[in-house]
Amino acid sequence: MSEGNAKSTDSDDRNGKSVIVDYDVIVLGAGLAGMRAALEAARNGASVAVLSKVHPVRSHSGAAQGGINAAIGEGDSWEIHALDTIKGSDYLADQDAVEIMCSEAPSDIIELEHMGVIFYRAPDGKLGTRAFGGASKARTYFVGDITGQALLYTLYDQLLKSGVKVYEEWFATSLFMVGGECRGVVALDMMNGDLVMLRAKAVFVASGGMGRVYEPSTNALICTGDGIALAYRAGAPVMDMEMVQYHPTTLKGSGFLMTEAARGEGAYLLNSLGERFMEKYAPNMKELASRDVVSRAEWQEIAAGRGIDGCVLLDLRHLGPDVILKKLPQIHEMALDFLSIDMIEQPVPVRPGMHYIMGGVKTDSDARSPVPGLYAAGECACVSVHGGNRLGANSLLDTLVFGRRGGRSAASYVKSVTSLPSDAAGEQFLAAEQKRVQGFMDRPTTGETHAKLRLELGTLMDEKVGVYRDESGLQQALAGVRDLQKRYDTVAVRDKGRIYNQALTFALELGYMLDCAETTIMSALERKESRGAQSRTDYAQRDDANWLKHILVTKRDGQAPAISYVPVTITKWPPQERKY
Amino acid sequence: MEWTVVVGRYSPPGEPQPKGERGAPFAAPYEKAPPKTYQTFKVDLPEHAMVLDALIAVREYQDESLAVRCACRSAICGSCAMWVNGHARLVCTSKLREHTVDGKVTVEAPPSMPIVRDLVCDMTPFWKKNYSVTPWLENKQPIPQGEEYRVPNAAMEELIQEVSCISCGACLMDCESFAVNADFMGPAALAKAYRYTADPRDAQTTDRLDTYSKPSGVWDCTHCYECVQQCPKGVAPLEQILKLRKMAVDAGFTHNAGTRHADAFAESVRDSGRLNELTLMPKSLGLFNIPAQLQSLPAAFNLLRAGKLPPLIHHAIPHVERIKNIFKKIGGRFK
Repeated sequence: MSEGNAKSTDSDDRNGKSVIVDYDVIVLGAGLAGMRAALEAARNGASVAVLSKVHPVRSHSGAAQGGINAAIGEGDSWEIHALDTIKGSDYLADQDAVEIMCSEAPSDIIELEHMGVIFYRAPDGKLGTRAFGGASKARTYFVGDITGQALLYTLYDQLLKSGVKVYEEWFATSLFMVGGECRGVVALDMMNGDLVMLRAKAVFVASGGMGRVYEPSTNALICTGDGIALAYRAGAPVMDMEMVQYHPTTLKGSGFLMTEAARGEGAYLLNSLGERFMEKYAPNMKELASRDVVSRAEWQEIAAGRGIDGCVLLDLRHLGPDVILKKLPQIHEMALDFLSIDMIEQPVPVRPGMHYIMGGVKTDSDARSPVPGLYAAGECACVSVHGGNRLGANSLLDTLVFGRRGGRSAASYVKSVTSLPSDAAGEQFLAAEQKRVQGFMDRPTTGETHAKLRLELGTLMDEKVGVYRDESGLQQALAGVRDLQKRYDTVAVRDKGRIYNQALTFALELGYMLDCAETTIMSALERKESRGAQSRTDYAQRDDANWLKHILVTKRDGQAPAISYVPVTITKWPPQERKY
Repeated sequence: MEWTVVVGRYSPPGEPQPKGERGAPFAAPYEKAPPKTYQTFKVDLPEHAMVLDALIAVREYQDESLAVRCACRSAICGSCAMWVNGHARLVCTSKLREHTVDGKVTVEAPPSMPIVRDLVCDMTPFWKKNYSVTPWLENKQPIPQGEEYRVPNAAMEELIQEVSCISCGACLMDCESFAVNADFMGPAALAKAYRYTADPRDAQTTDRLDTYSKPSGVWDCTHCYECVQQCPKGVAPLEQILKLRKMAVDAGFTHNAGTRHADAFAESVRDSGRLNELTLMPKSLGLFNIPAQLQSLPAAFNLLRAGKLPPLIHHAIPHVERIKNIFKKIGGRFK
């Protein structure tokens, strides 16, 4: 057992060489999907390293609050869970993949419990549940309102136990592609500024979402779509990118997440007249309709003048201090910290805010992308199990099921790869990459700043590619992003240091974000209907005859990205009208 | 409104050096930390803004080279603990208004940790301590097949206080024991140790308690309460350490200075109603531990010279039998 994971820098292991060999699988990202994949690949005999731009426990999986879904309890079944998921997805999810996720969910939850997650218990000592949006049964397993954090730490602890090597605070700049196959990663060791080639037989992208493409967003500042853009640049198609989830309850001002578990525990949404307006929009499920439905309802209330300062109210007062303090302590604290509101006494102003992307790198149900040697799972991937709209507490499940399946699949794949590219090929690729990155450092400091462009991008996306969209707004957004891409070429790095140069990594991130934004807008323009999170005011209806299909975007050199389609896989649930 | 932020800057030798005023070296026990330069920034932010908002504003619009670790901005990721006016704080939930003293707030990397650059410290000591407590479940056998361990919810709720820990390191940064003994396991790691020791699904309870009872373990905490005060998530590491001590003593791990020290306190109070300071030190060291007793002689001599030596004859308080009764009623090891 090594203490490798405890070390913050690994330059001593390299003996001054800039090319490292010897990994079967490199996992990019150390959130839930990445750690689960790494563990499983290691268990199946692969030599594995995890590379992350932040320490594993800083990953954004830790921000997931509400819980994780599985049909374990009596009266529930994986088929009901699958149907809820498919209905939630507005029938855009691939049903074969959903069947896998929902049928394997129970054993994954049990495995997590065996790893040590301190799940809430029912009085009989068995796992207990709470209700969640879009779910016809209470099947969400949880740890207070810090479920993601509890899972993240448990997996990190397991990773320490496994001895898998972690490169912490290493920032990936490109994938090492040889003859159309992915054979490693070039990454910046932030502690000393070295650009290093890590060769591998397979690369597993698990780098999370791209929330910062939007401003505001519930996502951490690190959620910049790095892995999605890296895979996209390496030739992997991205899918369902138009499906951007706005969470109904994000805190006024800061935009921080107020978990759906609040409504799961019984909280109300009120307009300025004090009405529970969801009774109008979703008479059966009310506040617990799926997220796209609730977000649109809030938007309409606010647009009709029944909002309060651009927000509606999330009212928990009737739940009482016991439920709030025991089951929702974190959001109670956040409302106190950021708005000085005690939710025991007062309702909290919330608005829909960008939260999650259903789309990502296209994969199959074993996390394989169409590019040989390239895998993806978690928010950066699109299997697709979430389709047009993800149900709350299905994202943690997605990371674990497909992280596990992908880890196993990658470990098996690497056995068929007999050799790695030569040192010479690695060094040549690395030299070109060093030149490209140095280019950022060498630009005249009179150029644009990454911060200014980032803010412009985020504001543009929130305004034009948000809850409601239309042709002219999307065209403006596309033109805006193309303009930002041009200006991006002048972004200068004013920090000339080598150690912990964040100006450089922020500039590189902005490039990833622009790729994600472009593919999102192109997909949203392409889909001429309203489905799930895509609500077009100019095409207000769902159109199964023409659009029961996924939109893929593939990068092409020297010309605009290519759009293509893949049919939705339907197994046993034909599309129906969606009512909550 | 306008806020003034004084930022401690540092870049290693060979790197471009930050502008600012050269600061004085730190006092012991932080004399190993390199001195920094201090640069003053003015930022325009709303009344309720946080210290992190100010740092981000500086980094985005005034000086791109300012290094700050941060991600979630809402006390979840644990990236942004640092010194604010000389104490460890998570800057994302520290309000400028509450930390502005004499018109400014001073922010710097804690001198108790190695520094990387500017506000970024090297967390290696923190992660090593975490690793040293075997921070994972060693499953109690047999593992239930196809189902969960059945445990009461109260047993899980007991652990949630530690599971709320976001590893920000604020506790270690301000830990007085760590400041003088780099080997001390530290508050967060020992809280984590409690989390797995007290987990009814863990099989290694006894081995764990043995390990944690060794020097630099639970008994090296000096109860200064800095960790309880600085923790932004209510983990209260000291409370977890005290629970571990009780578990260790109950499991029979009493052959250590820590237990003897605690026992000497209890016995003295039981027998005389108050503390016999004269016998406290010898009893803690172990009465037959002659080398250690001899080593403590110079300290005793200094106390004598300063007129601080406790009275040679120790008197019991009146009605001491009532104290003894209390001990009897409480039960346990001193009844």
